[in-house]
Amino acid sequence: MCEQPEGLLNFCRIYNLYEIILPSWLSSLTYLMSAITLAFAVINMLIISTALYTWFERRTLARFQSRIGPNRWGPFGLLQPIADVVKAITKEDTVPESADKIVFNLAPILLLITTLLVIVVIPLGPDSFMGSLNIGVIFIIGVTSINTIAIFMGGWASRNKYAMFGAMRSVAMLITYEIPMGIAIVGILLLSNSLALSDIVMSQTIPFFIVQPIGFFVFFAASIAEISRTPFDQIEAESELGSGFHTEYSGIKFAIITLAEFMAPIISAIIITTLYLGGFKGPNILPAEFWFAIKVFILIFFMLWIRATWPRLRIDQIMNFAWKPLFGLGLFNLFATAIEIIVFQDNATGFISTSDYWIISGINWMFAIVLFFAITQIMGSKNKEKIKHSYEANIVR
Amino acid sequence: MFDLYFRQYGFIAIFAGLALVVPLGMILISWILSKVTIRPHMPNSIKQSVYECGFEPISGPWNQFNFRYYPVALLFIIFDLEVVFLFPWAVSFGAMSREFGIFILIEVVVFIGILALGWIYALKKNVLNW
Repeated sequence: MCEQPEGLLNFCRIYNLYEIILPSWLSSLTYLMSAITLAFAVINMLIISTALYTWFERRTLARFQSRIGPNRWGPFGLLQPIADVVKAITKEDTVPESADKIVFNLAPILLLITTLLVIVVIPLGPDSFMGSLNIGVIFIIGVTSINTIAIFMGGWASRNKYAMFGAMRSVAMLITYEIPMGIAIVGILLLSNSLALSDIVMSQTIPFFIVQPIGFFVFFAASIAEISRTPFDQIEAESELGSGFHTEYSGIKFAIITLAEFMAPIISAIIITTLYLGGFKGPNILPAEFWFAIKVFILIFFMLWIRATWPRLRIDQIMNFAWKPLFGLGLFNLFATAIEIIVFQDNATGFISTSDYWIISGINWMFAIVLFFAITQIMGSKNKEKIKHSYEANIVR
Repeated sequence: MFDLYFRQYGFIAIFAGLALVVPLGMILISWILSKVTIRPHMPNSIKQSVYECGFEPISGPWNQFNFRYYPVALLFIIFDLEVVFLFPWAVSFGAMSREFGIFILIEVVVFIGILALGWIYALKKNVLNW
């Protein structure tokens, strides 16, 4: 018998259901069956929400650009993802003759698995998460880094110049943005004192994006870059590189890559929700999972808004943005948080009260406004000369 | 004990196994469709050549690349390791600072300061300007 029947996607709930059917001496089989059921449910949930998200993205982008968007299949075009899948699955799957076949076929599989695997440590509700790892943050960072390898595998094995350029750019960009991302996470760990994601959620008496606006900005920008969405989508710069690392992919492999690509914003929004927006916390009107979904949806819409509004940055602008302002802001956030903890924490218990959190947030927001203003001034005024200079230097080299 | 360990790592293994089934199943369905001639499969040498603006590809893609990727990789290793070293410090910072006070902070200021010197050096040497 398993206790803690809280939450909708609860392991114990499913375990207790299976215990009715299966005899007690088969407890390990019961464990296995309930784990498989839960994993199956979550994977399907993720894939269906990705399918809906592709519809939502196309539809919303169309409204941003005064178009209508897909509206033929089903009500409001809701069946469009199914039509897309049917199309992709019945298309011819060509593999270039000169490609490295094994690596070429392995790359989309690896890309999709690593994208799916992140959700396993996320607490979707008070007790409804699957792998309650005590090192959840490190797991997330490690698994999301494998994406880089998968993208490089795809680009390298295609034996295509565009794919290779896209892959090289992506590796440079993704590994660069991992550094500000990591530094922003360290700021959270200072407040939560734990690497487990459920502890991080529980320690957010007020959401961390209010306490650490600078850290939130750094993490948000870095995670948009990690999923290579529009302001940072040098990986598949359509006008320059064909479509980047997946130029040579077609048919079902292209569909797998696209699935992983469209799942990435959802996963990224889920991570940001857990770390910064207080995860499943919310008033008791709705179940915790619904609050989680609402927060994820708001973040996804915000990302879509950014995508619809901003033009694509050049590769040199992207790299400068990571190494100069984001890195500096991340370090500043780290030290500011550390000093504030020393000043405000209770010397006996180490507890920071909610009113003290509000004071910390006020200080951090003041710093944030001043620093953002300074950075926009510096980056805006000096950018032109520097870029001109670096171009001339390139020609001489 | 088994319960705890299973819910931490066994679950991830099972989830990874099921996640492997998803792309493999999609590829398998597509393969079956090609066998029952719903999906076309008619490769020829032009179709299987790599795409290069409609021309025949000149030389392979696996040749020399810009040197600037190399310093980026070097800097990544240094600063990513720095971040990894900061993780245990950050987790125990609350408890340690109650015991040792400001000294815990100064220690990390020195550690990051050394690396920040390297960062400023790279900045001055124009390595960070792509």
